[in-house]
Amino acid sequence: MTENIPILRVNNISKSFGSNTILDSVSVALAKGEIKVLIGPSGGGKSTLLQCINCLVVPDSGEIELENEHIHFSRKQDLYRLRQQVGMIFQDFNLFDHLTALDNITIALRKVKRMNKKEAMQRARLELEQVGLGDKETLYPAQLSGGQKQRLAIARALAMDPKILLLDEPTSALDPTLIGEVIAVIKGLAVKGMTMIMATHQISLIYNLADEILFMENGRIVEQGPPAALLSAGNKSKSQGFCDRLNELSEVEG
Amino acid sequence: MLLGLAIGIFMAVGLVYGNRFIKYLLTAYVWIFRGVPVVVLLFLFYYGLFNYLGWNFSAFTAVTIVLGMTTGAYQANIFKGAILSLPRGQFKAAIGLGMSELQAIKSIILPQILRMSIPAWSNEYSIILKDSALAFVIGAPEIMARTQFVASRTYQHLSLYITAGIIYFLLTWAGVIALRKLEKYLRIPGYSHHGNQ
Repeated sequence: MTENIPILRVNNISKSFGSNTILDSVSVALAKGEIKVLIGPSGGGKSTLLQCINCLVVPDSGEIELENEHIHFSRKQDLYRLRQQVGMIFQDFNLFDHLTALDNITIALRKVKRMNKKEAMQRARLELEQVGLGDKETLYPAQLSGGQKQRLAIARALAMDPKILLLDEPTSALDPTLIGEVIAVIKGLAVKGMTMIMATHQISLIYNLADEILFMENGRIVEQGPPAALLSAGNKSKSQGFCDRLNELSEVEG
Repeated sequence: MLLGLAIGIFMAVGLVYGNRFIKYLLTAYVWIFRGVPVVVLLFLFYYGLFNYLGWNFSAFTAVTIVLGMTTGAYQANIFKGAILSLPRGQFKAAIGLGMSELQAIKSIILPQILRMSIPAWSNEYSIILKDSALAFVIGAPEIMARTQFVASRTYQHLSLYITAGIIYFLLTWAGVIALRKLEKYLRIPGYSHHGNQ
């Protein structure tokens, strides 16, 4: 873990839908290469927090700073730039169904980064190789397995050279037998020093990757700290209790 | 038909992604053009509105405009349905990659909904083609008007109207077959609801 100045600062962001407060003044800071894991019960605001960080859901109040640049929520250009630099991986992949694996990656390179066709294809092939889909470039999303879809989604995000990757339960929609291949890719990213915030219930990701665990409940971060502290035996933290239950579940399944 | 297609696409995008004012306006448009019979609209526009505005359109142009605007209203709803049936996540993903809303609609949403809309669109094609027969009421020289003209001279009503019917049938048939071919050609591999893949 590097302890330099944070590349991403999220200060006191709140979001309500109608009278329903989903996020209640949440703050997160992320240093380069750092990995934070969001855990907590469903409906706790994890997903909304991630979507607020790249302004897919624009926060009602609060501040976001990327590399010391303040993001003005009302300026479209600011939002486009932020989203380009902050990649997002969704639970249900959200691949473009009408495009081949290769074109799923090239389309944003060409439309957003204004690469020409050849450059974009070279880059896309490189990313497909990285996630082990080098031989699948002509297939359409509907022809891929769940694990392959998620790996393609990761390749698509990485091709944009994001400074930060947000992962919203990347393995939750997958068959248990396919989770391994996606976890392997995510661990590979961690080794390469990718900065990530990830919502997950995957115990192995929480234990092995997290520099810090953020436990969210009712739109607030109620606990945070390194796994060693929060999850040590005999600790009475909520995170500990939550992970114990996840463990019990995975033992039952296993 | 093409005019209707253009109107329909823009309106559908407006209906789904537009702001509240645009939505109200477009919804009103759709209601009016769906609620008033084509014949009434033809008279209203040709003798009423265009005259009033001093626009001197030929009967043919007037028919094209009215039919175009009518089918545009129907097609807007076809496309709106298709957009809403797409998983919302794809739009989010496109935006999340840094695309602008317009880019996402153009390169992600439209290519998919146009494919999905082809069956409903071929329905609308056959309806509007036959509605064009109504154009004879304002004297546009189309198939029906020609047939009536000849029939009134020759008194061969039965055979002539059968011929007119066959011409409409063939035009519809050719169009629908072409659209079905197009649908097959554009089908996304592995993405089908026919249950055989």
